[in-house]
Amino acid sequence: MRRIISILMENEPGALSRVVGLFSQRGYNIETLTVAPTEDETLSRLTLTTFGDDEKIEQITKHLNKLIEVVKLVDLTDGAHIEREIMLVKVKATGSQRAEVKRSVDIFRGQIVDVTSTVYTVQLTGATDKLQAFIDAIGETQVLEVVRSGVSGISRGEKVLNL
Amino acid sequence: MEELSGGEMVVRALADEGVEFLFGYPGGAVLHIYDALFQQDKVDHILVRHEQAATHAADGYARATGKPGAVLVTSGPGATNAVTGIATASMDSIPMVVISGQVITDWIGDDAFQETDMVGICRPLVKHSWMVRDPRDIPEIFRKAFYVATTGRPGPVLIDIPKDMTAPHNRYPYEYPEHVHMRSYNPVTRGHTGQIRKAVNAMLQAKRPVIYAGGGAIQGEAHEVLTRLGRQLNFPVTNTLMGLGAFPGSDPQFLGMLGQHGTYEANMAMHHADFILCAGARLDDRVTNNADKFCPNATLVHIDVDPASISKNVPANIPIVGPVDQVLGEMLAMVEQSEQQPDQKDLDRWWEEVQGWRQYHALRYDHDADGPMKPQHVVETLYRVTEGKAYVTSDVGQHQMFAAQFYKFDHPRYWINSGGLGTMGFGFPAAMGVQFADPDAMVACVTGEGSIQMNIQEMSTCLQYGLPIKIININNQALGMVRQWQDMQYGGRHSQSYMDSLPDFIALAEAYGHVGMKVERAEDLEGAMKEAFAMTDRLVFMDIYVDPAEHVYPMHIAGGAINDMWLSKTERT
Ligand SMILES: Cc1ncc(C[n+]2csc(CCOP(=O)(O)OP(=O)(O)O)c2C)c(N)n1
Ligand SMILES: [Mg+2]
Repeated sequence: MRRIISILMENEPGALSRVVGLFSQRGYNIETLTVAPTEDETLSRLTLTTFGDDEKIEQITKHLNKLIEVVKLVDLTDGAHIEREIMLVKVKATGSQRAEVKRSVDIFRGQIVDVTSTVYTVQLTGATDKLQAFIDAIGETQVLEVVRSGVSGISRGEKVLNL
Repeated sequence: MEELSGGEMVVRALADEGVEFLFGYPGGAVLHIYDALFQQDKVDHILVRHEQAATHAADGYARATGKPGAVLVTSGPGATNAVTGIATASMDSIPMVVISGQVITDWIGDDAFQETDMVGICRPLVKHSWMVRDPRDIPEIFRKAFYVATTGRPGPVLIDIPKDMTAPHNRYPYEYPEHVHMRSYNPVTRGHTGQIRKAVNAMLQAKRPVIYAGGGAIQGEAHEVLTRLGRQLNFPVTNTLMGLGAFPGSDPQFLGMLGQHGTYEANMAMHHADFILCAGARLDDRVTNNADKFCPNATLVHIDVDPASISKNVPANIPIVGPVDQVLGEMLAMVEQSEQQPDQKDLDRWWEEVQGWRQYHALRYDHDADGPMKPQHVVETLYRVTEGKAYVTSDVGQHQMFAAQFYKFDHPRYWINSGGLGTMGFGFPAAMGVQFADPDAMVACVTGEGSIQMNIQEMSTCLQYGLPIKIININNQALGMVRQWQDMQYGGRHSQSYMDSLPDFIALAEAYGHVGMKVERAEDLEGAMKEAFAMTDRLVFMDIYVDPAEHVYPMHIAGGAINDMWLSKTERT
């Protein structure tokens, strides 16, 4: 099962490499990974997605919790949550395709953020499956370049991950 | 406030932590620290002959005393030479603080002379690591390093120090922090009482119980309460290779070691148990054999201070995260206060069955008066001559298993071996650390002619510091354990397991200024060993020739359950 694990960790050199190293050391997969400082400059927030059954995820979270720099951790997929990823895509856009691409962008509530005579650069936000659906709709042959931010997430409601 | 240089701070911080011995080897990146060491007398620096030996000696000291070991090595090759010892300590949860020199801050990343990314290399091996980026941080980093190494599940930590951080001309106020606070590191100090009660209820209803204790019971100082609980309940007890001494080896309730080379009765009892109390052990593959077939009928209570050890290999029915001594103490109090007690009839029946397995005498071996000496006989003689009172360190191989099977350890911290990593070359330097910790004690290093050659250079260190270690070299002229596997699984093709061109160990010991003794006949052994141990101020290298064809039994049959064993070259369960 796919999981979104969100971690508050000390904003210190080496912390990220310990998290990433743990995954390779113990043979776990990381599908996406994002990390950035938070409003508290001593803390970073790291979000990663991974796959595994309950036992494997339990081991992953236990080992993450053992890392000295990991302050707090939550498996967002345990409860209601909001998941977002941002994607920038360069799409071929010539002739009649220009209008068609524009229509798809509108349907997916994306924005065209850069234009040349042959290319649109599209920005899209959403859950991972929505971003994939856009690529499928445009058709892989039309897509020149894709860059994704990796998943970020936050719990719904009043639950917060802080100190 | 007093002003110190970074180099002086390093040494002072060690003294403030109560470090008696610092095992190390100098080099360019740590010369400022060595200069500071020279100018004080609180911390005793022990000069080894190879950095690997520094880590094993510090490790042996830590295992014998329960105090953290301390190591100082230079950057580059000095640091990488220490890596095997760090990994060894990591696998066996041994508290150790390793200080490595590093090139000056400005040169980091430039492939400077003797630069290695020690923090990176050690990342999977240490509980935590620090690189010093400001000399003013040294006291706090050291305080945290010792705290992390010794609390929770202990383990090695690394402090990497660029040379400019220890420069003598930059001086800063020094104050050693009294308290340490780390918001993201809070080891558990108590087990959950509800879980403990649940475990006690299951325990008191058990009909076929076994207590299975590991290295955590020794590291966690739980031997006393474990012994009291075991005796109070009259349950059979078994220890892992790492746990020997946690429950007295000569106690009638003790079944011997369990696992790959465990006794028949220990492995049978485990397999047929309906209740297992696992205290500070981690159900690793050397114990369980095929984890899917492990103890199919047992309710498993698993106590460990490290939550990640629980349900990692075998799911626990009643997990308890907490210090083993505290949890067992609470259990004992509950048992003593409980009106319900184990059903004696059930227990008697269970003991009868266990005694039946015992009657098999799985550790028996053939004595042939005219044939070559048996390695088992060497360990039995050692046990007799030392009256079970020696510290025994060991290397890795058949000799290690014979020592574990035949030397009965009645006390914790007397059996010192590399269980998790299985590091050949560990035993001799570890014995040095033990002898430093307890200068008047009998320290025997039970080794093989393969293993001893991996750190034999330390005979020089032993001469320098007058360490009267007794090296019991069980010389089977083979990498015996490898050879045994080749006999059993590779049609007897002894690929590279023959130790050809052995040195004359007697002449070698003498060249290093020690005493050498060669023993080839069983009838000479006891006398020679007595003579060796009578030389209380000399290192004696006993080169004892034994049967190269001997195998260690019982031995797990790969892929089977814990009770699937070879019992001799021809019999199996
Ligand atoms: C550093 C290291 N290299 C290789 C091994 C693999 N190994 C395990 S036991 C063994 C043979 C040890 O030979 P010896 O020390 O003579 O002991 P014996 O088994 O003969 O008693 C070897 C090579 C190891 N455990 N450690
Ligand atoms: Mg050998």
